[in-house]
Formats: sequence, C-alpha cells, structure tokens
Amino acid sequence: MSERVPIALEVNGETVARTIEPRMSLADFLREELELTGTHLGCEMGVCGACLVLLNGKAVHACLMFAVQAHGERVETVEGLTERKAIADIQEAFHNNNALQCGFCTTGMLVTAHEMLSRGDILSREEIRDGLSGNYCRCTGYQAIVNSIETVAQARAVAGAAPSKPE
Amino acid sequence: MEKTLNKLDRPNSYIGRSVTRPNAKRLLTGKGRYVTDMKLPRMLYAAFVRSPYAHAKILSVDTSAALEVEGVHLVATGEDLAKLCKPWVGTLDHFHNMKSTPQLPLATDKVVWAGQAVAAVVARSRAIAEDAAELVNVEYEELPVVTDIDAAREEGAAIINPELGTNVSFALKLESGDVEAAFKDSAVVVEETFRFGRHTAVTMEPRAIIADYNAAEEQLTVYHATQTPYQFQDLYSRHYGIAESRVRVVAPDIGGSFGMKLHVYHEDMAVVGLSMMAGRPVKYTADRMESFLSDIHARDHRVHASLAADASGSILGMKVDDVTAIGAFSSFPRTSVVEGNQVVRLMGAPYRFRNYRGDLNVVFQNKVQTSQYRAVGHPIACAVTEALMDDMARRVGLDPFEIRRRNIITQDMYPYTSPTGYKFERLSHEECLKNLHDMMDYPRLVKEQRDLREKGIYRGIGIAMFVEITNPSPAFYGVGGARISSQDGAIVKITPSGEVQCLISVGEHGQGTETIVGQIVAENLGVDRETVRVITGDTDVTPQGGANWACRGAGIGGETAFQAAKKLKENVLHVAGAILQAKPADLDMQNAQIVDAATGNIRMSLADVARISYYRSDTLPSDISPQLTVAHHYSPRGYPFAFTNGVQGCHVEVDVETGFTKILGMWVAEDCGRVINPMLVDEQVRGGAIQGLGAAFFEECRYSETGQLENGSLADYLVPMALEMPDIKIMHIETPTRDTELGAKGCGEAGTAASSAAAINAVNDAIAPLGAHVSQIPMTPQRLLRALGHA
Repeated sequence: MSERVPIALEVNGETVARTIEPRMSLADFLREELELTGTHLGCEMGVCGACLVLLNGKAVHACLMFAVQAHGERVETVEGLTERKAIADIQEAFHNNNALQCGFCTTGMLVTAHEMLSRGDILSREEIRDGLSGNYCRCTGYQAIVNSIETVAQARAVAGAAPSKPE
Repeated sequence: MEKTLNKLDRPNSYIGRSVTRPNAKRLLTGKGRYVTDMKLPRMLYAAFVRSPYAHAKILSVDTSAALEVEGVHLVATGEDLAKLCKPWVGTLDHFHNMKSTPQLPLATDKVVWAGQAVAAVVARSRAIAEDAAELVNVEYEELPVVTDIDAAREEGAAIINPELGTNVSFALKLESGDVEAAFKDSAVVVEETFRFGRHTAVTMEPRAIIADYNAAEEQLTVYHATQTPYQFQDLYSRHYGIAESRVRVVAPDIGGSFGMKLHVYHEDMAVVGLSMMAGRPVKYTADRMESFLSDIHARDHRVHASLAADASGSILGMKVDDVTAIGAFSSFPRTSVVEGNQVVRLMGAPYRFRNYRGDLNVVFQNKVQTSQYRAVGHPIACAVTEALMDDMARRVGLDPFEIRRRNIITQDMYPYTSPTGYKFERLSHEECLKNLHDMMDYPRLVKEQRDLREKGIYRGIGIAMFVEITNPSPAFYGVGGARISSQDGAIVKITPSGEVQCLISVGEHGQGTETIVGQIVAENLGVDRETVRVITGDTDVTPQGGANWACRGAGIGGETAFQAAKKLKENVLHVAGAILQAKPADLDMQNAQIVDAATGNIRMSLADVARISYYRSDTLPSDISPQLTVAHHYSPRGYPFAFTNGVQGCHVEVDVETGFTKILGMWVAEDCGRVINPMLVDEQVRGGAIQGLGAAFFEECRYSETGQLENGSLADYLVPMALEMPDIKIMHIETPTRDTELGAKGCGEAGTAASSAAAINAVNDAIAPLGAHVSQIPMTPQRLLRALGHA
C-alpha cells in the first residue's frame, strides 16, 4: 500500500518531481508536497468544487484524481493563475462585490469562473448560475458571485471586440 | 452648511460606507491560512475509531494490532485520556433542574451515538493513522436505541443515561396573562403541529485543530478553527490542568463557522491530550463524513401550537408546546437547551398579545448532539408564528399584510416587554412591513398569481416577520455559571510612523469584522482606513473577550473599537496640545494630521506626534506622558439584548405534478440599527437567507430507526446551490440602539431567522387552491406530493 512511486509533472509552469504513495490524491499532493494550499478540500468526493484545478487547461477535481494520474501532465492551481494574472480581473470583481466571505470555496469558484469566462461568450445570469452548480458556497447567497462573473464577462466582451452598440 | 455636506463627504468618513474588505485579497489569491493548511515541525496526525452502533456497551478495546503499524506513535483509549482530562457537563445553572451526564474526550464504558469516538490513533501521517484505526478491535454489546422524539418520553422507554433516570434533560413552562380565558373568549382558533428536520452547519472548511504541548515550558499552543478562542483557552486550561496564562489559542483564517465552531467537540478535547501524550504537535481535521457524524446538528423540533383571535383578526393569545431532541448529552459549555428556550420565548415576538403559554421539553436520544447554529431557535419560532398568522388571516378573511399590520407592536408602544419577558428598546415593524410591501410590488404579484392559476400554474407569496436576538449581555451565559464572556476588548495604538494597529477580541470569519473595525477606528482617529491594521484571533496577542457568537461583532466589538479609538484620540490630542501649546479641545484629527478644530488648518502630522512621543519624549513637558496605546473593554449594560427586526418575502412556483419548487424571488427589509458597511450587511443577510432556504427545501440529517445517519456526505445531504437560489433584494431601515454610541446591533441571524418561514408560507399559498398544506420542513418534492394527495 505504501510503496512509493516516482512522478514528474508541470505545476504552475515548473516541473516538479517527487516520489509518493500511489494512493495520494492530486489535491493532497499539491497541498502536502508542494505547499500549494490554495486548493482546498471540502468534501473529498468531487461534489463541492473547492479543490478545482486546471489539468491541461481543463477544470478537474483534484480530490478525485490520484497524483500519479497527473504524471507527465500540466497542472495549474489558483496560485499559478494568480501569478500569471490570468484571473486578475475576476479577482478584482470578486473583491469589489464582496463575492466571498470565509474564502474557503473561493479559490475553486475562481477556477470555475476562469473556465466559464474563457469560453468567451457573454453569459446570462442563468448560465452563470448553472455553471456554478458544481461549486458550493455556504457563506454568500451566490448573488455577488454571479454579479462578479457577469461584470467580467461584459467587460471582457467590450475589451475583446469593438462595441457595436453602447450599453 | 450642514445641508450641503453629507456626513460621508467628510474626510475619513467610513461608518455607513460600502468599502471592500482588505483581507479578502489574501483569500482571493489562495493565500488564506486556515488551520487545515498549517503544518508544524514534527507534527503528527490523529484519526479516530468510531462507534458503528448508536447505543452499546464497550466490552473491550484491543489496540495491539494498530500499535504494530509502522509510523504509529500511540493509540489512546477513553481510559487513557480520562487520566489527563477532567470531564465536563453541559448544564447551566439558570436552566433550573437541567440534566446531562459528564462527558470525556473518548467513550469509556459505553457509546451513545453512531460515530462517537472510542479510540484515537496518532501517526506520522493521516493515512497511516486511518490504516491503523481500522485495526483497533472494539467489542460492543448493543443496547436498545432511542431515536424518536416522542418515544423517548414514553413510559418504559429505554433510558439513555440511567444515572439521570429520565430522557428529559430540561422542561420549562412559561405562562403570561390568562391564556385559557383568551382562548375561551376568542372568535377563531387555529392550530397545527409542525415538524422541523435536523440539519447542520456544513461549513466548507471542516473542523480542524492542531495542539502543541511543550512540556519543558508547560505551555499549550492550539491552532484551532474556532469562533471563540478565549473560551477554549479557559477550557483547555481547566480540563487539562494547565495554567491559563500558558494556554495560547490561535484562530487564523476560518472557513465558515455559523455557531458550529464554538462548541466543545470530543475529538478536539482529545487532540490536546494526545499532544500531551505524544510530546509533539498533533493535528486533526475532520473529513466530510466525520463532520456530518460529529459536528453539532440543530433544529430537531416538534411543535404543537395554537393561536386565538377575535373576529377582526386581533390576536388574543398563543399556546405552544415544543419538544426538541438534542442527542445523548447536552453540549458544552453553552448547552443544548438554549435553542428550545429561545423557541418558546421568541414565539409571537413581533405581535402585541399578552396571553401566552409556552411548554418546552428537551429530550435525549441516541444521535449526535444538537446545539446552537445560526439564528438559534429563531427559524422555528418564526415559522410557527408566521404560519399560524397566515392561517388566521385565511380564516378571518384578511390579507397576510393586513393581519400583521393589525397586530404588530407599534412605535407608540416602546419600550415594550413581551409576554415571555424580552424587553424591546425600539423596533421598526411598521416601516419594515410597508417597505417590504413596496419592494415586492405585492399587488402585482397577487394579480399575476390569480392570472396564472387559471392556467394551472401555482405560484405563492409568503411573508414572515422576525425579531432577532443580538448583543447578549452577561444575563445570557454568565449568570448560568458558564465562563463565556459577554464583554470584548480592543487595544488601539499609534505606531512610531503614525499608522494604527487595532488588536481586538472579536474575530474574522469572512463576515467582515476586520473591515468594520478598521472603518470605525479610522473614522474616529481621522486617518485613512488603509493605514489601520486590525489583528484578531490570538489569545496571546489580542485582549480577552467573548469573540463571535450571537451577532456580537458590530454591536459589542464595534462599540469597543469605537470607544478605544475615542480614548486614543484624546491622548493624541493631549500630546499634540502640549507640543503646539494649544488646548486639546481646540484640536482635531483629519487625514492623519492634527488640525485646528474650528478651521481645519493643519498644525502638525500625526506621524510627528508619534515620532516625538516615542523617540523624543525628552522634549515634552514633564507632566505629559505620551500614551499612544489604549486598551478598552466594553460589555452591554443597558438592555439585556439588542433586538433587531425585519420582514422577509418569498415568491415561489410549485410544480404540482413533480413536487419541485422554484424560488422566484426573495426580499428582505431589515433593521440592524446603525449600518456600518451596507455591502457587508447585505451579504450577511443574503447568506443567512440562503441557509434558511436550504433548511426549508433541502437540508435534513436523516437517521434510520437504529440511529444510523443515512446521508452523511455532501452528495446526499443537499445544500443550496447557485442555480436553485434567487437574487435577494434587501432594504435597510436603521433604528440605532441608544445603549451605545455607535448604535449598531447584529445582522448575522436576520437572514436565517425568517427565510424558512417565508418559504413555508409561500408554498402553502401556492398549493392552497388545491386544498393542500405542509407543516414540515424540508419541503421535499416527496412531502409536497404527499400533501397534494399524489403519494
């Protein structure tokens, strides 16, 4: 059970290599081995969304994957997204709208928001709420989170394309 | 002049302004530091062996196989920890004749709920500790299980705690006026039996604790995801016999609390003892399944209530019989009867009848403890009262708004004492009710409802008024002998560079305490709020206080900071006066400058006052002592509680074929006194309302007859998600308390207090044309279909 195996992967742009137990989850690997504690564990069964990270650019539950499954892959956490300023506008909108209270679910929310917004469409509130259904928040009423994502969606749309009509 | 200049236009005016939270930036970048994230050198990890039975004798515990596992440092049994830790009993003296049995960190001779911790394994990693825990062999002899709220009191029921001789922990009878006469004289009586499902807080960060006992210094340091570090400093000290001054409790970032993180948990107490046994730091983090099994639950009530009115719908009296089941022990140190006590005392709180009878029975059962969770007792009192008010309105032919208008306590009646003994300084029911009516555009909703019913679409509108208890005085716990502080403390200091630090005993769990304290201090001292650093959550650093429970942050913590900053300003101006040869009264502070009070002309900078005070006190007159640090403590002395009030509206559509309900809209008009930061209050109210809606529609801890929790995971215990929840419109009415200079009350319970009630009334309004009615929450599709006669 505790025979250790070597793995190597790219995390937040850096190659990391460790020898770990095969049963170690990716979330535990990020938190325990790499001290990237921005990835949180709320349910450990892929329901609450607090542990979402990007695996080769797609949001995945780090609690549902073994770290060995990420061998040779590319992982990005909230720390990486923050450092390369990929989510700076989302973070700013969350801050301005107080779209977080205790902050525990927030990093997973940001990963979902990032993925949702990367699709580039202007999202309706209903679509945003639907897209957030894999992220539990116990403190806010979700409304400020929806407002924040909506604000960023609109701002990015305006910045991305010359506005054809003012609104 | 006053007319043109808004108060908020003055420099450094922050009270009342929606400023952002400085600490949110850290959380938004993944740099929060929760106990779950922390690691200490040579730290070990604990896992617990839990009882599979809800009620059983422990015949033997064999730890030998577990001790063989490589990486295991120790395995502790109940007996081991009982040698170190004094037992605790969850009773309060002012709950006369209340009963509960002594508790220890781990079970010794018997277990009383499924999931109770029996043994603990301490190992190099959590995974190893869990592996070894599976090898601990416990032999049990099963005992009869008591789960039902009524069966527990029946003649011949198995007694969970034989030494008490009863399954009743506490009984209370409140009687005011002549309730029998009121019912006899009434024209209409409505009555109903209500059932409220057990639910639980589900903080996103589970409970977490690291205990680090240093034998060489006889020093215990505990990093604890708690709301109340001072309470735990006291408890760890007393129960483990360590000097109080050598117990340090640190509460860093906390991932949600809602009242759940202030109770004594067996595992948390055990971890302190395990660290003493191991001589190394020991960490325990509950996994989600353990959270469901061992976090406190709440709201397990069966209430039978009736309301009597005259023909015009004026309420004459109310009778309430509340039975609440609390698990096998009463929790410690706040007890498990506070909720029931508040249920029977808050019944009918917004209304002005005088005849009341409240019966409360608090019973034991073989389930985990229930205790205080957000809006303790409020949702139950509110749901019962408001459902009966709607029923009464239907019976006497009044609109729900109108029957409330006729019965609320009006402005000319304050101060007002309720029939259950609560003293209301001043509430704003009339204004809240009127504002809600406008905000909802009630006539439009009613018209739309009528039109849609003809098309087979069933929409309902529900309203619910509430009175919320905040800012408790020592009368709440102190008089009952509990070492729970109702006062808070703040230390405010000017640094040598003229910046400000405020150390305060109220904590930050995301609600924005640090922000509002910063706003209050900055405004009083006339400095930019960015220059005020607020520090919380460390008993070695921050002054002693009650910390966060019952919405004390703004009302008590805020007033403490307010007064501390005022004192400090006096000191600064005293020193500045000596330097400038001016009367302190002629000076003021603005934009971090000392100015002439009359003209606003700058005389010198605050930084210069600080520099001279700290480094060149030789240049000050000898009778001037530069005190640029002040400490201030504040405890409520006026009304025993600062009550707040409000009213909520809920709009739903019930699919009568599937039993699914869609929440279309939610509105809240609320009055928490002086609002310090409207954005933060809005978010508190919204978050609270969502928790109440969760209770109304989804959340229930379901047990089998044998006392097994059947839905102990986030996949099958449903909490509200973004898609099911509506936008919530909020309006604030401000009735500041005159007990404090700041005038703030609390707002944390307001959302939860009435949202379940508004939802029940909305659903019943929707299905009333079909002759259907519900009086049990959560209102699951199955229950609604049953009510509609489909199942």
